[in-house]
Amino acid sequence: MKKKNLAALLLAGAMCFGLLAGCSSSADSTNPPASDPGSQATQPAETGDVGGTGEGVTIKIGGIGPLTGPNAQYGIATRQGAEIAIEEINALGGIQFELNSQDDEANGEKGVNAYNNLMDWGMQILYGCTTSGSCAAVAAESYNDRVFQLTPSASSTTVTDGHDNVFQLCFTDPNQGKTAANFISEHKLATKVAVIYNNSDDYSTGIYQGFKEAAEGLGLEIVSTTTFPEDTTTDFSAQITDAYNKGAEMIFLPIYYTPASNILIQASQKGYEFSYFGCDGLDGILTLEGFDTSLAENVYVLTPFDTTSDAAKSFIEKYKAATGTEPNQFAADGYDCMYALYEACKKANITDGMGYAEVCEALIAVFTDSGFSVDGLTGSGMQWGTNGEVAKDPLIVQIVNGAYVNQ
Amino acid sequence: MSKLKNMKQTTKTSIFTYALVIAAYLVIQALLGRGMLSRSTQGQLVPICCYIVMALSLNLVVGVSGELSLGHAGFMSVGAFSGAVAAVSLEGMVGSPALRLAIAMVAGAALAAVAGVIVGVPALRLQGDYLAIVTLAFGQIIVNILQCVYAGVDGGGLHFNFLDPELHMTNGTPIISGPKGTVSVTKISSFTAGFVLVLISLFVILNLVNSRSGRAIMAVRDNRIAAESVGINVTKYRLMAFVTAAALAGAAGALYGLNYSSVAPVKFDYNQSILVLVFVVLGGLGNMWGSIIAAAFLTILPEAMRGFEDYRMLVYAIVLILVMLATNNDNLKALLGRLIPRRKGAADNG
Amino acid sequence: MMTFLTNLVSGISLGSVYAIIALGYTMVYGIAKMLNFAHGDVIMVGAYISFCTTSYLALPAWVSVIFAIVVCTALGVVIEGLAYKPLRQAGSLAVLITAIGVSYFLQNAAQLIWTSNTKVFTSVVGSGSIKLFNGQLTITVAALVTVAACIIIMVALTLFTTTTKMGKAMRACSEDKGAAQLMGINVNRTISMTFAIGSALAAIAGVLLCSSYNTLIPTTGAMPGIKAFTAAVFGGIGSIPGALLGGILLGIIEVFTNSYLSSELSLAIVFGVLIVVLLVRPSGLLGKYVPEKV
Repeated sequence: MKKKNLAALLLAGAMCFGLLAGCSSSADSTNPPASDPGSQATQPAETGDVGGTGEGVTIKIGGIGPLTGPNAQYGIATRQGAEIAIEEINALGGIQFELNSQDDEANGEKGVNAYNNLMDWGMQILYGCTTSGSCAAVAAESYNDRVFQLTPSASSTTVTDGHDNVFQLCFTDPNQGKTAANFISEHKLATKVAVIYNNSDDYSTGIYQGFKEAAEGLGLEIVSTTTFPEDTTTDFSAQITDAYNKGAEMIFLPIYYTPASNILIQASQKGYEFSYFGCDGLDGILTLEGFDTSLAENVYVLTPFDTTSDAAKSFIEKYKAATGTEPNQFAADGYDCMYALYEACKKANITDGMGYAEVCEALIAVFTDSGFSVDGLTGSGMQWGTNGEVAKDPLIVQIVNGAYVNQ
Repeated sequence: MSKLKNMKQTTKTSIFTYALVIAAYLVIQALLGRGMLSRSTQGQLVPICCYIVMALSLNLVVGVSGELSLGHAGFMSVGAFSGAVAAVSLEGMVGSPALRLAIAMVAGAALAAVAGVIVGVPALRLQGDYLAIVTLAFGQIIVNILQCVYAGVDGGGLHFNFLDPELHMTNGTPIISGPKGTVSVTKISSFTAGFVLVLISLFVILNLVNSRSGRAIMAVRDNRIAAESVGINVTKYRLMAFVTAAALAGAAGALYGLNYSSVAPVKFDYNQSILVLVFVVLGGLGNMWGSIIAAAFLTILPEAMRGFEDYRMLVYAIVLILVMLATNNDNLKALLGRLIPRRKGAADNG
Repeated sequence: MMTFLTNLVSGISLGSVYAIIALGYTMVYGIAKMLNFAHGDVIMVGAYISFCTTSYLALPAWVSVIFAIVVCTALGVVIEGLAYKPLRQAGSLAVLITAIGVSYFLQNAAQLIWTSNTKVFTSVVGSGSIKLFNGQLTITVAALVTVAACIIIMVALTLFTTTTKMGKAMRACSEDKGAAQLMGINVNRTISMTFAIGSALAAIAGVLLCSSYNTLIPTTGAMPGIKAFTAAVFGGIGSIPGALLGGILLGIIEVFTNSYLSSELSLAIVFGVLIVVLLVRPSGLLGKYVPEKV
């Protein structure tokens, strides 16, 4: 058997080296040596435009997010939202954006691979990653290389900690937890709260920790804390029953909408009545195909996505036309990221002749400038501090008759 | 030349394998020196080395010792996390990154070996698929436990906590943060370190396989009862292979963990173990250089296929199936056998 | 007490889902001696087919179940013929790897066909429930149907393998393929038949899994597949009643761990119990102990 394997393996080996060679040769033709940082994307544009006055400037944006695997729906939503924004921006005629989206399977190693791939492509600005875990690994790389990075939805503080080049469009996890706790206590929604969170996910754990800290000072009693691991988003009976037995009035759900929909269904089957409060990951529960939205009636969602504005309505229409589904908060974040980058690029006079390091310093200066603010679907007057966190008003909505009503 | 002819088959294979690794290293270094490798390829060099060591060590368990293990990534995670703790906490004391990396890999290997003993002693009482499921279970347990661990370092030393993120540190640096995994690790892994680790692993494994102990391990694989009846301590030799493999996986894990600023525990779930098993089976059971090529090939493949965009992983799956069918197809093998003159030495190992 | 009963009911209903999947696993393993890692993904395909039939074609639920069974059976036979049959002479590990390839293939194909967006599956048996003890204990109809289906399938499989000609041929193949062939049994056909049955069971399992736990994404089958594989080994792989027992026990242990011990460490504890059981009974709860011979 081993003898026979030899031949096949030689073939495999040959293919393998062929691939290696393929990688390097394709890189050769498009790139200067990688040992020369900052010189990326210095080839003159084909149009012969050199002045960079904004006419015909094409800026290369690299996008990273999970496009396959269990988290694919979140990555695809952020990509789709960004693509809609780019279509609009490019139609304006000024600065043109070109987005190259790469898959990271929500995994740090693949994220760094995707990042390197995009660097070979000549990325000037990095848009991503969608998930925090991958983003933390990529942020360290982009910080070393000096690539400007704006993430739509990686809300962990590790993403921005110590990385002056990384900015978030979403609230940080601890912040969401605190805002939620404040809202619940201010509006006297409940005094006894149960929490169900995903303990293999840093997004979920981060919000829970922020929530717990804030709740202690506010007199909110967390009567039941239960978790579930990744993948087993199936049976929640033990978690729900525990919350019920401990007399919880409200369940706080710092989790994504897919497992949350399971919790709502299973609680209703058991005949337990709770009120629910979720964070931005829960936005999207109304767009689930086949979901009985009456189960989500009265659920509070801390989401930045205001679906009632005119801009949002036009976005929703375009998104539906492109995908056939309603957009969620992830898509809106992606859309806003592109407009934030657009505004910043205009202000900083970014041209396609600039290397990524130059672009990075220029954009950092703009983003941290107190005069720079962006109005988008997920908030108006969004501003950024030097720590990369976004400052915008949190929006809390309640689901009434299957639609969001701003609170 | 006559000396080469008189050499034992196994020695020839060993020399071929070392030569393969060293030649690959020299070629890549030459390409690197001339700036001929894309960033994408450069970025994969360290993970490829990690996966090669993972495949080699798993081959020792699956191929040489004949035990199906589905939890090998668990040992990698132990190595990655303990390596990160060692490297970060020594940052102030040991200046040289290379030395710190070496210490981290030794620490990773040592703790993974301890985990190997803890897992191996009970698990190796079982056989076949029951052993497979127990190793799979252990792999998942290790990941689940790591998701609850918090660790950090400050002036007063290391702080650990379980389930509770509060570490009571004063101006400390967090190292492990529950489901986030390792955080704020400075990247110190290098391709050369990976190359050295591959060579060390090869040295350890080939020497073990070609020693008295190695023959005992293979005797146990081929016929446990017969081996036992001639006085071979079955448990000892099975455990020897298992723990050696765990230690090497731990070192690979440390190298891997220190190549990224952050690695989450979920990275090391059963999918990762299965991926390494794919490398081993594709490369051929007991065939060390086969594992090396298969690991490198299958790590590069999904990256090289980024051009397929949304169809990438679908194409990857098809290629994987076709390669498995092709490597086991008698007609194709007969054809190739005629085209390529037989080089018995290279193929027969173990 | 009521909490205990509630948990027990949840455990049994979760366990019976594992059990149905495990029955398919154990059938294939018993005869083909291969771990079919793609089994979980066939389940996912079955659930999607049923979802599409009811949602897009607006056909009644029972039609969707039959349709799912037909498609999955065909899929199982095709997979077996294209990917596993050529490897009959190769080692069992080679087939295992191919099965993993098939699993990746099905997941990614499903994502391309049905997109990665979560679909919420409407229970094929309605969302009703029975309330006992003044409404303190709720049992969903889906859970009852799952348990019933599980027992019916187990009995049917046992009868099939002990009384019919095909079933006996399967058992012969599982004992000794060479000898079975010498007795005039078409081993290849028998194995294909096993895959057909296993895949049909997967379709039923998919529909019932998603009837109880409603969300459906392309990776829905992966974790239940692994858990069911564990359950099959727990009960003694290859044993039909063992799969049922293993599945139900695994479900009960999981729910009880979540409620009484620690939900943070539930996976560790569930797998820990499994290890302890296997150490005490090295061939599973109902597995046959096969003495080794030289």
